[in-house]
Amino acid sequence: MSNGENKTQLAVIGAGPGGYPAAFLAADLGLEVTMIDPEDNPGGVCLYRGCIPSKALLHSAKVISEAKHSKNLGITFSKPKIDLDKLRDWKNTVVEKLVGGLGILSRQRKITYIQGRAKFVDSETLEIKKTDGEIMQLKFEHAVIATGSRPAQIPGFPNDSPHLLNSTSALDLPEIPKTMLVVGGGYIGLELGTVYAALGTKVSVVEMTSGLMQGADRDLVRVLQKSSEKNYESIMLDTKVLDMKETTKGIKVTFEGEGLEEKELNFDKVLVSVGRKPNSENLGLENTEVEIDSKGFLKVDAQRRTADRNIFAIGDVAGEPMLAHKATHEGRTVAEVIAGRDVVFEPNAIPAVVFTDPEIAWCGLTETEAKEKKINIKVARFPWGASGRATTLDRNDGVTKLIIDPETDRLLGMGIVGPGAGELIAEGVLAIEMGALASDLELTIHAHPTLSETVMESAEVYYGLSTHMYKPKRDR
Amino acid sequence: MTIEYKLPDLGEDIETGDVIGVFVSAGDTVAEDQALLEIETDKAAIEIPAPSGGIIKEVHVNEGDTIKVGQLLVTIDDGKSNGKDTKTKEAPLTKTEDEEIEEIAEKEVEEEMNADPEPEPQKPDTTNQELDEAEVDLKTKEDLTTGSEEKEVLDAPEPASKNPAAASPTIRRMARELGVDIKMIQGTGPGGRISEEDIRNFSSGKKPKTKTKKQPPEPPVIETQDSEGKTDSDKWGGISRTPMSKVRRLTAERLTEAWKAPHVTQYDKADITELEKLRKEFGPEVVNAGGKLTMTSILLKVMASALKAFPQFNASVDMENGEIVYKKYYNIGIAVDTDRGLLVPVIKDANKKNITKLSVELSELSEKARNKRISVDELQGGTFTITNLGGIGGTYFSPVLNTPEVAILGISRSAVEPVYIDGGFLPRLMLPLSLSYDHRLIDGADAIRFLRWVIEALEEPFKLPLEG
Repeated sequence: MSNGENKTQLAVIGAGPGGYPAAFLAADLGLEVTMIDPEDNPGGVCLYRGCIPSKALLHSAKVISEAKHSKNLGITFSKPKIDLDKLRDWKNTVVEKLVGGLGILSRQRKITYIQGRAKFVDSETLEIKKTDGEIMQLKFEHAVIATGSRPAQIPGFPNDSPHLLNSTSALDLPEIPKTMLVVGGGYIGLELGTVYAALGTKVSVVEMTSGLMQGADRDLVRVLQKSSEKNYESIMLDTKVLDMKETTKGIKVTFEGEGLEEKELNFDKVLVSVGRKPNSENLGLENTEVEIDSKGFLKVDAQRRTADRNIFAIGDVAGEPMLAHKATHEGRTVAEVIAGRDVVFEPNAIPAVVFTDPEIAWCGLTETEAKEKKINIKVARFPWGASGRATTLDRNDGVTKLIIDPETDRLLGMGIVGPGAGELIAEGVLAIEMGALASDLELTIHAHPTLSETVMESAEVYYGLSTHMYKPKRDR
Repeated sequence: MTIEYKLPDLGEDIETGDVIGVFVSAGDTVAEDQALLEIETDKAAIEIPAPSGGIIKEVHVNEGDTIKVGQLLVTIDDGKSNGKDTKTKEAPLTKTEDEEIEEIAEKEVEEEMNADPEPEPQKPDTTNQELDEAEVDLKTKEDLTTGSEEKEVLDAPEPASKNPAAASPTIRRMARELGVDIKMIQGTGPGGRISEEDIRNFSSGKKPKTKTKKQPPEPPVIETQDSEGKTDSDKWGGISRTPMSKVRRLTAERLTEAWKAPHVTQYDKADITELEKLRKEFGPEVVNAGGKLTMTSILLKVMASALKAFPQFNASVDMENGEIVYKKYYNIGIAVDTDRGLLVPVIKDANKKNITKLSVELSELSEKARNKRISVDELQGGTFTITNLGGIGGTYFSPVLNTPEVAILGISRSAVEPVYIDGGFLPRLMLPLSLSYDHRLIDGADAIRFLRWVIEALEEPFKLPLEG
């Protein structure tokens, strides 16, 4: 099987949350599919080194913090004992269970799974270097590039030091350090920071800009920032990392910024989470017509077709937002396109969820975006202080907000901060996709007592008629 | 006791209908089951009978109204003693929407961002107006026909809104399939939500509601319109606009849908010289039975047998699941030209009936179709259609499929022609046949085999009992 006679209708390069759904649906639609990935099972970064293992660890962090929190309720636990090996094993079991399942699903669909790395030789041929060392060529009718992204590095930092972690190595839980600096106040750093802080590490966060979670709604971030201040050793905003030096025990970091007490601090570990870079190099794309933009993303049209007609790109490598579920939807769209259907990737809302404590979730239009695009909106907020369910959870720190078109009352965006926000946002996504009005949310019965009532009540706030928030009308 | 009689559930997913006849007026005395009015629905014209005898107190609908299931039709006093209450169910339509909108306009919300200092000219003036207009559409349709029909604007199209299209993902896909840019559509649903119907209307060139056409509900005075509002002119001369009848509109929609199937039409001729003799010979017997022995009724029998012999012609295509649906029943539709337009009553289980019975049934159904007495049920469930234009003339034509059926037989006028038989020309009566088929399911060779089978059955009537 190492000559040039191998053929496939569809070659999917990368078996992450974009690639494997594309391959699965294409197979279900009758195409003969080959999937190429360096891992022994489908799953990609999301399952092996991203969403799934981090959520497993965040779950353990939640158990710890809730146990601590329960002293308000009159329940006191002694300090938790953490068996790091067992925790790591459990996390690994979760991953293995899921990727193993995907392997079975792939085989059931008669997908040819090749463990290796692929490169384009030309617009219809791949050269695959298999993990076992064998090199083969594969002719394809269509190809989908779903190679994802990797953590960005800062040149000049001791990137090879065992004390310098990125999201991948941090998930391996090598140890529980006494102190840790998280460089970058984005969602990955904050999620992992949450895990380590719960396990007992004194976590500090340094962020170049003036706030955590740039791009997320400020109303929501404000709540998270407040709780972060409690959980973290320190949060340094408007602060730059000038230098890092590896020492015997860890890393010495030099900062630059106003109001800093100390310009130099030592940390056992430093976690660098300053974004992700698309994996568009080393794919032989120069041998095809595929075009790459200045940030390294592949240029695609609404069907996710590249400039090379038979080659498609999905997921992180095809542009922002770099989210697994966006990749999945793109993957399914592409499979349909290749199967001959005239469809495009055209979501009205893509949910984004940050699994910190409290969680932040939003979808559709944000206030900031509305300002930039000069879209006239009205905002309705419902603070969880008025939610019965939030009170029973002793978590009144959440907010639910709606972004509404005042001309039609249509819901354009939703943002939530609070425990469970990631699950609650689904209602907003569906409402936006269906073109629902604020009155549709208002007139839909929501179960009591649940946090979902806050969605209904924020719609009531929009009409000035909320049950649990008395706001007398101002006379004009 | 007074009875508030509302349009009952008509079944078959029928929700609205146009009133095409009102047979009673206030003060009339009616008997139970007497026809009160006639409405035309998507499927058929239906008479609405009185629920009980009594005196008509008030008629709430007019000819031309579009009415919904549940809408109040008439108030009847049944003369029975001392009704405590008016017997009624609550009217389904809300009438507080206006008030609600006013509240909205006044309401307080936490924040308002008026980033755009100059309102976009293409945007609707107020939500109120939009609502008014929607109501006009629902309630006073006659206004539209007499002048408030919004003018087409020839300007370059502008997207209806900066916001994403207010349509569900399914609807957005449908728009794309129909080649419609969904951003150009102003939906007619609440908050401008776009429905399947909006897209179909837009795609068929009927653009009732793009934002460029916002106008107050009062009929505007437009210079080019005369006082009737019905005639108009374009830059080449005078024109007039007439709303399509429901049957015409549905025919147009269905045929447009049907046209998506790749059509091929196969033409051939059958020598019916001998058959015609038999037809004349046995005709009186059928007349005695209450029918009329026509070429169509003979063909009903022949086609039923042919469909059994060639099951892929008695089928439909399920592209979504990639399956062929073979029907185990043989229901043949006959296209009937009525003054309301084209209707296709269906003769059920044609294979189980003899030609006499088929002739009788065909006469009855055609009569019903012409007299608007046909029921919805009698217009549904066909597996194959015959359309006979021979009564008017013509040689061949290409019938359009009555989807989801996959074949349709067109019959033209038979004529005596010289046919070369056994060394000489003989005068033979030849019947032109046109078979259109869905090429997705049926290949050309199958089609001509099928049509030859039919022709042989017409030329040699013994074939039917032998093979059919």
